[in-house]
Amino acid sequence: MTQNSYDAIVIGAGHNGLTNAAFLAKSGLRTLVLEKNPYTGGATVSRELHDGWKYSNCSYVCSLFRPEIYNALDLGRHGLKVIPLVASMTFKQDGDYFGSYSDPNVRRRELMRHSPRDADAAIRFDTDVMRWCRLIRGFLLRTPPDPGSFRPRDAFEFAYLLKKFYELSEAQIYEFIRFFTMSIAEYLENYFENEAILAHYSGGSIIGTGLGVYSPGTAYVLLHHAMGDVDGNVGAWGFARGGMGAVSGAIASAFKGYGGEIRTDAEVVQILVSGRRATGVRLASGEEISAKVVVSNLDAKRTFLKVMDEKDVPPTVLERARNFKIRGSSGKLNIALDGMPTFPALPKDSPLTLGHMHFTDTLERLERAYDDWKDDRWSGDPYTDTLIPSQYDPTIAPPGKHMMSVFVQYCPVEPEGGWTDEKREKFGQTVIDQIADYSPDFRDLLLHAEVRTPRELENEVGLTEGNIFQGELTFDQLLFNRPFPGYAQYRGPVKGMYLCGSSNHPGGGVMGAPGANAAREILRDLKRPDTTPEEFSDD
Amino acid sequence: MTDRFDAVVIGAGHNGLVCASYLARAGMKVLVCEAGAGPGGMAAPRDFGTGYRVPSLAHVACPVSEILRRDLDLDRHGYSSGDPLKTLALDTVNGPVTLSGDTASGRSLGAADIAAYRDFRGRYLDFASALAPLFENKPPRLKNMAPGDTKTLAKLGWKVRFGLGRDSMYEFLRVAAINIYDVLNETFDDERLKAAIAFDAVIGSAMGPRTPGTVLTWLARLAGERNGAAALTSASLPAALVASAEAAGAEIRFGCPVARILLDDDRATGVELAGGDSIPARLVVSAVDPRATFRRLVGAARLDAMFAHRVTQIRGAGVVGKLHLGLTGLPEFSGVEASEPGQRLLIAPSMRHIERAFNFSKYGECSEQPVFEITIPSLADATLAPDGHHVMSINVAYLPYHLKAGWDQHKPRIVDALVAGLSAYAPGLDALITEHELLSPADIEHEYGAVEGHWHHGEMSIHQSFMLRPLYGAAQYDTPVDNLFLASAGSHPGGGLTGLPGRNAAQRILEMGGAS
Repeated sequence: MTQNSYDAIVIGAGHNGLTNAAFLAKSGLRTLVLEKNPYTGGATVSRELHDGWKYSNCSYVCSLFRPEIYNALDLGRHGLKVIPLVASMTFKQDGDYFGSYSDPNVRRRELMRHSPRDADAAIRFDTDVMRWCRLIRGFLLRTPPDPGSFRPRDAFEFAYLLKKFYELSEAQIYEFIRFFTMSIAEYLENYFENEAILAHYSGGSIIGTGLGVYSPGTAYVLLHHAMGDVDGNVGAWGFARGGMGAVSGAIASAFKGYGGEIRTDAEVVQILVSGRRATGVRLASGEEISAKVVVSNLDAKRTFLKVMDEKDVPPTVLERARNFKIRGSSGKLNIALDGMPTFPALPKDSPLTLGHMHFTDTLERLERAYDDWKDDRWSGDPYTDTLIPSQYDPTIAPPGKHMMSVFVQYCPVEPEGGWTDEKREKFGQTVIDQIADYSPDFRDLLLHAEVRTPRELENEVGLTEGNIFQGELTFDQLLFNRPFPGYAQYRGPVKGMYLCGSSNHPGGGVMGAPGANAAREILRDLKRPDTTPEEFSDD
Repeated sequence: MTDRFDAVVIGAGHNGLVCASYLARAGMKVLVCEAGAGPGGMAAPRDFGTGYRVPSLAHVACPVSEILRRDLDLDRHGYSSGDPLKTLALDTVNGPVTLSGDTASGRSLGAADIAAYRDFRGRYLDFASALAPLFENKPPRLKNMAPGDTKTLAKLGWKVRFGLGRDSMYEFLRVAAINIYDVLNETFDDERLKAAIAFDAVIGSAMGPRTPGTVLTWLARLAGERNGAAALTSASLPAALVASAEAAGAEIRFGCPVARILLDDDRATGVELAGGDSIPARLVVSAVDPRATFRRLVGAARLDAMFAHRVTQIRGAGVVGKLHLGLTGLPEFSGVEASEPGQRLLIAPSMRHIERAFNFSKYGECSEQPVFEITIPSLADATLAPDGHHVMSINVAYLPYHLKAGWDQHKPRIVDALVAGLSAYAPGLDALITEHELLSPADIEHEYGAVEGHWHHGEMSIHQSFMLRPLYGAAQYDTPVDNLFLASAGSHPGGGLTGLPGRNAAQRILEMGGAS
């Protein structure tokens, strides 16, 4: 076999690409990962964009990464250490705050302070959400069945899903359907009454979406945030020491350990096809590399409309790819601080600065932030998920200094007239002003702010339209519809070509599941031993 | 006693009458108690000012299905569905787009859009047909199924998989639960055209074009159009339903408001009228809003606590007002041919316009740029207005039931704003107005009994549809209260002048041995 020929090529060294490659290499395939950037990790990176600060400049918390994959690839041994987060909180406009502590007794006490009724409702709420988590989690590491097929395998898979549902009582089945199709605001209003509590627990459901807290279909997104918690695996929800780069770094190291190869500064411009079969790739440099299997970690739009030749893709797939919804809705500020900012609303030494901080305390403020985005404006009063990881992890900022990560919802793909650097700074200023309202010394401590809009995300990481999930998580793009009907089993339109990115089931978030699921399908087609893990329950 | 009624139906809206008629035909002794002076509820003609009359609150509707016409012999009892209306989506700059059947036409409307509209409508009518087994039966339980439930699901599955075929099924599964906004942007270019379709998807619901679930609400409307194009509501429907019910032996009392449902333990035994008289009956059918049924007529105290709690979770706050104008002459709409004003006129220039109007309602406010659905019924029936005069019947969205400013104080200002909005499309309209009446959702609640003034007795969102409508435990028309049944638009398959909730309820009652 020539140096320039591999069993498998994976396009893109994002966390899913690396996960996919690791499982392929683990089963003995000679695997090459090609990355256009000079660094690996895609959106799961730590970078030094201000002297002395090395931080996660895209994805920023490690909440969803599947513990099954963590174990199967032995990522602990490869240096991945996840530090659990202890709290989350929302600042109120009246100078008070609501804190959600990980210690259940403290959390209940705090809920009581705001609403005794809600403190009781929280018990019912936690139980219900936990039930849905257990149900959904069972579907993450499985390939969705195809409703259009009559193959026994798909029939069995449907039967399996049905069996899972039938473990629920009839009433629970209806409650689940309501939960799955409801808006987060309406769902929470079935439990809680206090405005700040409602706002606090609904925020997570709009992260990365093109939906508002009152949009049906936002309630279940709650699971994306609860799932880590209920894994019983403390590490499943927290900061990766060294930033998110440590996650992709550990997977890459595992991959290399299995004999895999990574080439950076190697942008793939074309997937080569002959006789309806993928034969390799062509790089920007013109170099061609051949392989039996080509796997794309790029989003569905890029895969089908950019790196594949139109003639190799059926017209229906092209149309689906053009219609694939991948509107970005988020921005991010990465802020280098000269010291720890103070928040007068909080008692001295409050642990709440160690967790997620939010500044929007009513559902109406959250929904109005969405209205701005619908009109192609960034939110004037945005929802932010603000964290100061340097309190846990000294490796990301110089001694005594701090790093603040501010995820911003909403930010348009294109404001009217398109993005300019001036507009981007205006957007950043809006966010800084909001934080400064609650932290008087924040502005003076600010040394450097990297402001990222969907434009930066697309140009730098290659996420089309800056969508952090590689495609919106709406019903038309979930399960057997993701990325499109008939193509939800990780196989492309030509033989030997696969997709392994978050454009595929179960979607976005640093989860690794699409990469692992795609690997399972590839190994199955190649009749190789399956090295991918099964879902396990530890509760 | 021998003169005891088998069933008392509360409310002579079209669903109550349909249900009563079916039960009577099955040989049951049926009494219908209607609080108002006449039949039809929201489909009843309404007088306002001096000498002006509008067809009804629901001024435009699709014909009722063949099944009802046949079963209830409606045509023989004088039902006529009226002349099909075209829809004109007004635009002061480019002129209107006209929709009639599967043809779209209009100045500067692209050939691609015209072709796309024909295909799109055809495809979605197929989707609506695939859902027919679901609409025309009691919603199937998803566990502990009865044979009927399995049959419905099997029919549905078969129609979706084989009726539609593989690719069409894929598309159906893709769009079924999402918003109409994205689907229309995929398909069309012309804003007028997109907005006209989006209007039909959202009107009556607290949803905007971008709200997930609006494809389903549009399919529910298309299911009605399978019976024929929408027409002006004619008084012939309530009249024919009354005639049909009475011919079958049902008794209907008007001006006969029910105060509460009589219970013996957990069993309904009749109704008590506002006057104090009580009417015993073997079973009670409530064709009024389920929320009113359980909260007011039964009372939360008489219900299982969890069920009562879930009743409080039913959502449905009205967002549509009805504006009635008495005019000294016929208004002229810019860009509309002299032959056209009798059609259905929409003022909804773009989907973004509709969405923005919706935004305000989320916060209990009214947009300065609302959305209008206009008809001038006096062109079809001169008796609706004094000689030479005309009457204009207008649906206005979005006017929230929970208006922060308060309806009493704010209404006059809103009327002025609405007339100004209309005048922008019909110059000189304000000069023609002699009488006006605005029914806010609050008024609709007060006068028609629809809780929070919601047309459909509950939001037609996915989580309040099928087995979840109005809520599980009462979705198959029988309720936790023995011998109490539901038969209003609040039950599956929901709102619109379809009569299907009434029919499905009657069939459920008979299936459960109600006749014996």
